[in-house]
Amino acid sequence: MTAHATAASHAAHDDRPFIRKYVFSTDHKTIGIQFLFLSLFFLLVGGLLAMGIRWQLGFPGQPMPLGGWLPQSVAPGGVVAPKTYNSLVTMHGTFMIFFAVMPLLVGVFANYLIPLKIGAPDMAFPRLNMWSFWLMIPSGGLMLASLFVLGGSSAAGWTVYAPLSGTPDYSGVHLGQQLWCVSIVIFGLSSLLGSVNYITTVINLRAPGMHWFRLPLSVWALFITAVLAILAVPILAGAVIMLLFDQTIGTHFFQPDVGGQPLMWQHLFWFFGHPEVYILILPAMGIASDIIANGARKPIFGYSSMVYAMIAIAFLGFIVWGHHMFQSGMNPTLASTFMVSTIVIAVPSAIKVFNWLGTLWRGSIHFTTPMLNALAFVAMFIIGGLSGIFMASTPVDMYIHGTYFIVAHIHYVLFGGSLFAVFAGIYFWYPKMFGRRMSERWGKVHFVLTFVFYNLTFFPMHILGVGGEMRRIYDPTVYDFLRPLQPINVFITVNAFLLGLSQLVFAVNFIGSLFKGEKAERNPWHDTGLEWTTASPPPHGNFPETPHVYHGPYEYSVPGMAEDFLPVNTPPAKEVA
Amino acid sequence: MHWWFPSNASSVGGQVDSLFYVILYITGAVFVLVEAALLVFLVRYRRRDGRRATYVEGSTKAEIIWTTIPAVILVSLALFSQPLWSKIKNTDTYPANADRIGVEAKQFEWRFTYPGPDGKLGTDDDFMKKDELHLVVNRDYVFELTSRDVVHDFFIPAFRIKQDAVPGMTIRVWVRPTVPGTYELACAELCGLGHYRMRAQVIVQTDSAYAAWLQSQGVAASSAPAPAATPTASEGTP
Repeated sequence: MTAHATAASHAAHDDRPFIRKYVFSTDHKTIGIQFLFLSLFFLLVGGLLAMGIRWQLGFPGQPMPLGGWLPQSVAPGGVVAPKTYNSLVTMHGTFMIFFAVMPLLVGVFANYLIPLKIGAPDMAFPRLNMWSFWLMIPSGGLMLASLFVLGGSSAAGWTVYAPLSGTPDYSGVHLGQQLWCVSIVIFGLSSLLGSVNYITTVINLRAPGMHWFRLPLSVWALFITAVLAILAVPILAGAVIMLLFDQTIGTHFFQPDVGGQPLMWQHLFWFFGHPEVYILILPAMGIASDIIANGARKPIFGYSSMVYAMIAIAFLGFIVWGHHMFQSGMNPTLASTFMVSTIVIAVPSAIKVFNWLGTLWRGSIHFTTPMLNALAFVAMFIIGGLSGIFMASTPVDMYIHGTYFIVAHIHYVLFGGSLFAVFAGIYFWYPKMFGRRMSERWGKVHFVLTFVFYNLTFFPMHILGVGGEMRRIYDPTVYDFLRPLQPINVFITVNAFLLGLSQLVFAVNFIGSLFKGEKAERNPWHDTGLEWTTASPPPHGNFPETPHVYHGPYEYSVPGMAEDFLPVNTPPAKEVA
Repeated sequence: MHWWFPSNASSVGGQVDSLFYVILYITGAVFVLVEAALLVFLVRYRRRDGRRATYVEGSTKAEIIWTTIPAVILVSLALFSQPLWSKIKNTDTYPANADRIGVEAKQFEWRFTYPGPDGKLGTDDDFMKKDELHLVVNRDYVFELTSRDVVHDFFIPAFRIKQDAVPGMTIRVWVRPTVPGTYELACAELCGLGHYRMRAQVIVQTDSAYAAWLQSQGVAASSAPAPAATPTASEGTP
């Protein structure tokens, strides 16, 4: 209870006006929480769009429930129109990748955790940090607005391949695609401001004694992710500006009939796009590592090889982009070199999986809600990683490229991997963020429902892919060879709806616990990290005095100690007692 | 019920499938072993009263083992994949005597240009056929793949062949059909409103059936290009 007393006394000293405290705040914790609400909203938007996709694939040509509410131009008679379908596919990917998963991992956890975990009072550049959040508002707003403009939103896939995307005559989309481009450029700026901040903060603001090799793996992961983002996102922004110029001021970067090169778009996009895949998985790996060590009450197995594996993934991540382009018309010999680099990047990923297993080995595993989600992350990442090997092999890729096998793979990595880690992280740090706990019981209900329906939704997609079903087709029953697969599509759709409904449990638990949740103590999970040594929620400035770090990040079950965890700031003298 | 690969009908399809199965068996075995280990650990090392976790920081030996084994398996998979890839996509190794057919993709149809009686593309007796590709069984073909507008993808599932058609490029694709029958050609790259219905029939027939079809075409009859496929109103207005 002293925790609350301290928090209260600090809150009393905090005389910032309401608008500086909760709206245009420069406090990294407030910004992290702002990112949390914003990206959960976009997760909902992306999820609803996915429901539209699944309805059409499961029951092609039949009126959608509530579809009658949509304008006739979008869904005549409540039936999704082909162009609407292309928009759904495009915007589902766009919202999920840029506005849900990436800000959930980076915007939320990098902001909230980095200063707290390294013992800093705030970020190195609090104002830049505030801007990085507030730029997401126009960016996300424009992307949302593009759903409602004449001609509809972008319908060229989230990869917006030129020249389909750049030529309104081909896509039927005018303003929607331009808004997409402007939104992504602003998003890129937001991401850069954030990344500069995370990198500077980790380099300069570590508390005394917090050596590089005492950083928790979550901080390592977020740091490496920021380096990836700062190198990759400008390429995307540049390419998108070129695409915007092609549409608006008559340039021809990607127009072949006047000397442009469509493949250049793909190279630029995937030079960003592949590091982006790791931007979306490395923080998840970091978060899962922290939570698994905590849940198993054991030091992470092979801490330094975990760090080196992440550095290797980050480096190799920049030389594998061509594996998205094996069948693109790129020189097949070049494809062979990309096959080798892609195969090699599987090795550090495998190392990480084995180290998580090593961490569980001879542990004392507490099945808390965060731990269950972190374990699901490992179990699902194994599937997503293994299915990636099929695509790495160029001849096999030739058949499964652009099919539902790829859709299954990306969702095993991005949902099974990243989103389970996000859920783990939210359940784990919620008490620190809000000073109250989420219900463990309902958390477990949410976990079980999500885990079951997630697998029933996405695993059968592998079979669709082997059957040859292409992604992004409005109506698979047009093809004779796909018609026998239709029962699988119906099965997937039903489970996708149940998966979507299961998230209501999370929403109610999340919102309800803000008001009714059990009050949280400082360290409800008996964790070793610095963030648990301050109040829940921490006061402005985080720590009453600068902490000093004496130990590595995962000192659990140290022999000879009564407690099974050793907080990193425990002075060595007290250690024995 | 047919819930797996369409049956193979090309000279390379069998090898693609075999490679798929090699990877499936390897990854399948790894999947079972690793997930089983995970489950065993979860049960065996669950929290129990009076038992503490063992303090272990790692093991260099283990790290070396589980780095080397995946590395060796994975690199051999790459080496194993390379010859087949090169055989399918390296244009230098294509059979010299292969027949040539022009394939032009456009929103939302496939146009096949046949060389006509002289057997050469780009001469006056060429004729064009829309959405219907006639091939002779056990003959080598090299398609000259182009696109008139956006990126499309030439995908014949039964042949296991897939290649993007890129505007501004001519990409050569080699195929040798081995089983007579009618197959589907699909566009596998999102190309606009009518992407989902951009399909064509691939008819693989015997030499004599093909000759009869050729006869029935009459060179002049089908050389006039068909009207462009425009989106219908129900697909949404551009």
